[in-house]
Amino acid sequence: MDKKTEASNLSVKEIQEKSKIKSYKNDVKKTLYMDYVFEQSPKSSHWKNMFWAFLIGGLICSIGQVIIDLFVQGGVETKQASMYTSCILVAVAACATGLGIYDKLGRFAGAGSTIPITGFSNAVVAPAIEFKSEGMIYGLAAKMFNVAGPVVVNGVFVSTIIALIYLIFGV
Amino acid sequence: MNKKLGSQTLIFDNVNVKEGFALAGPKEQQGNLGNVFDMCLENDKFGEKSFEKAECKMFKTAIDGVLQKSNTPVNAIDSVLGGDLLNQIVSVSFAMRAYESSFFGLYNACGTFAESLLLGSCLIDGGYKDKVICISGSHFSTAERQYRYPLELGVLRSPVTQWTATGAGASILSNDTTEAVCRITRGIAGRVIDLGIKDVNNMGAAMAPAACDTLTQFFKDTGSSPDDYNKIFTGDLGKLGKKILIDLIKENGFDLSDKLEDCGAMLYTDKQQTYQGGSGAACSALVFNSFILNNFKSGNYKKILLAGTGALLSPLTSFQGESVPCIAHCLEVCK
Amino acid sequence: MMWLNILKAFLMGGFICLLGQILINLTHLTNGKILVTFLIAGAILQAFNLYQPLIDTFGAGASVPISGFGCSLVNGAVEGARAEGVFGAIKGGLEACAPGIATAIIFGYVNALIFSPRTKKK
Repeated sequence: MDKKTEASNLSVKEIQEKSKIKSYKNDVKKTLYMDYVFEQSPKSSHWKNMFWAFLIGGLICSIGQVIIDLFVQGGVETKQASMYTSCILVAVAACATGLGIYDKLGRFAGAGSTIPITGFSNAVVAPAIEFKSEGMIYGLAAKMFNVAGPVVVNGVFVSTIIALIYLIFGV
Repeated sequence: MNKKLGSQTLIFDNVNVKEGFALAGPKEQQGNLGNVFDMCLENDKFGEKSFEKAECKMFKTAIDGVLQKSNTPVNAIDSVLGGDLLNQIVSVSFAMRAYESSFFGLYNACGTFAESLLLGSCLIDGGYKDKVICISGSHFSTAERQYRYPLELGVLRSPVTQWTATGAGASILSNDTTEAVCRITRGIAGRVIDLGIKDVNNMGAAMAPAACDTLTQFFKDTGSSPDDYNKIFTGDLGKLGKKILIDLIKENGFDLSDKLEDCGAMLYTDKQQTYQGGSGAACSALVFNSFILNNFKSGNYKKILLAGTGALLSPLTSFQGESVPCIAHCLEVCK
Repeated sequence: MMWLNILKAFLMGGFICLLGQILINLTHLTNGKILVTFLIAGAILQAFNLYQPLIDTFGAGASVPISGFGCSLVNGAVEGARAEGVFGAIKGGLEACAPGIATAIIFGYVNALIFSPRTKKK
């Protein structure tokens, strides 16, 4: 009996049973392979990454603190000073991105350059420069919030929900 | 005459590689093979306004280059087969506006070059075409923004990543035996294999099972063994993928440890910080058209295998949580 | 006094970024996801009024990381809600962060006009 007639003699149930066993075998094979790959893959040097993230992140915040202190000495209220400082950091990071410095920093600083507000600025400016070639409207302007858009969207959404909860419970 | 061997392998009687041309980017020039390429770009914008236009111009230059190098008139080329990594394979298609030859647009990600050689061989051996050009290539900056992040975004690269090579390679296949540098004698098209790797950075691990499947099938069909070949080249598995392939294929009873070379892994030096080496459609095209053909010309190689590997993903599929399906096509090239 | 402020900012800022790096190392989160995670963490902490004390103590160390951005969004929205009810809650958050976002847009636009993308060397 050749393969085709054999297959047609099997009941639907038997065929389902067979494909179940096959997919189970495949799953086992996949799991084994993924464990093996995980074992073989070189790991990021965690300590080195963490050291640079701490150092660069700390430095960016220290620079921010220096600017805040200068504003405060000049007689600006702390809250205002903090806002002005954010703007200045954002502007500086935007220019550093344009000059091609910020991506080199991110190459080793990782989270140290991503998490400060300067990382947000980098995420806005990088796609704007990159997609300029598709024109001012559909390229630069449309793609500007390609990476950073979720930050604004989630931020506004979550903060409004929190404020509404405050309102409802009258805190 | 029977042109099929075993269940999958194809036999070609008269397919000759006439000449090859490799055009590499600036980073590739500084790499291990910098001195064997026919032409290197000083600037990967190539005097164009955008990287996409530069990639298109690279393909045109590679086609013109291989025609000039082999003294072939442009009207002798019946067809061009090729592809690149960009959406809708625009770079090659747009480059083909300048030529009269018919065009087959192919896409198998980084395995496109092997695919084009395989199909080109079929066309020649079937008697449908006299001369075809097989071409493939990639560009770091266009691939990076299509598959990953904008160039200016500061990101920490994972140590399993590879570097998309910039370059284009073109070969002329012909049915005229007198002008052969080497011959393509057998070939095998691969199956799509997916062992569930979801890390889009770890292409080598995703592609190694596909290469293993194709090579094993080829050895089974032909009854040959790795010892019959001077070298076995894979497309762009990278250093990690190469190690995995050696392990995987050992389970099937073949030992590749001293035969296997990976085009991606050999492109760059360790100092260039590409981690696992090169990737992209340019890898196998560059290495085949420069390094491998040169070794055939000088008589170092008598018989090799070239297995082009491709990861068939798009940014959309990885965002949707899909794993990375992969493919490998293999060719036997003889003196 | 100024040096102490800077030291505090350095330690706190470094610590938050260190947390982020540990998260990246463990989970391989991408850039956008890390930014959103820390923003929401800051916002939720501030919902329980836990983040503002950090800013008061550590200054820029807590306000410069993106979690500080989340905190000021919540502060703005809550203040708006107290002053004007539902409409205040809607407008308050963005109002508080408008300077930062507007600066990013303006400087992003100008930089994009001036510069072209460059290939990475390594």
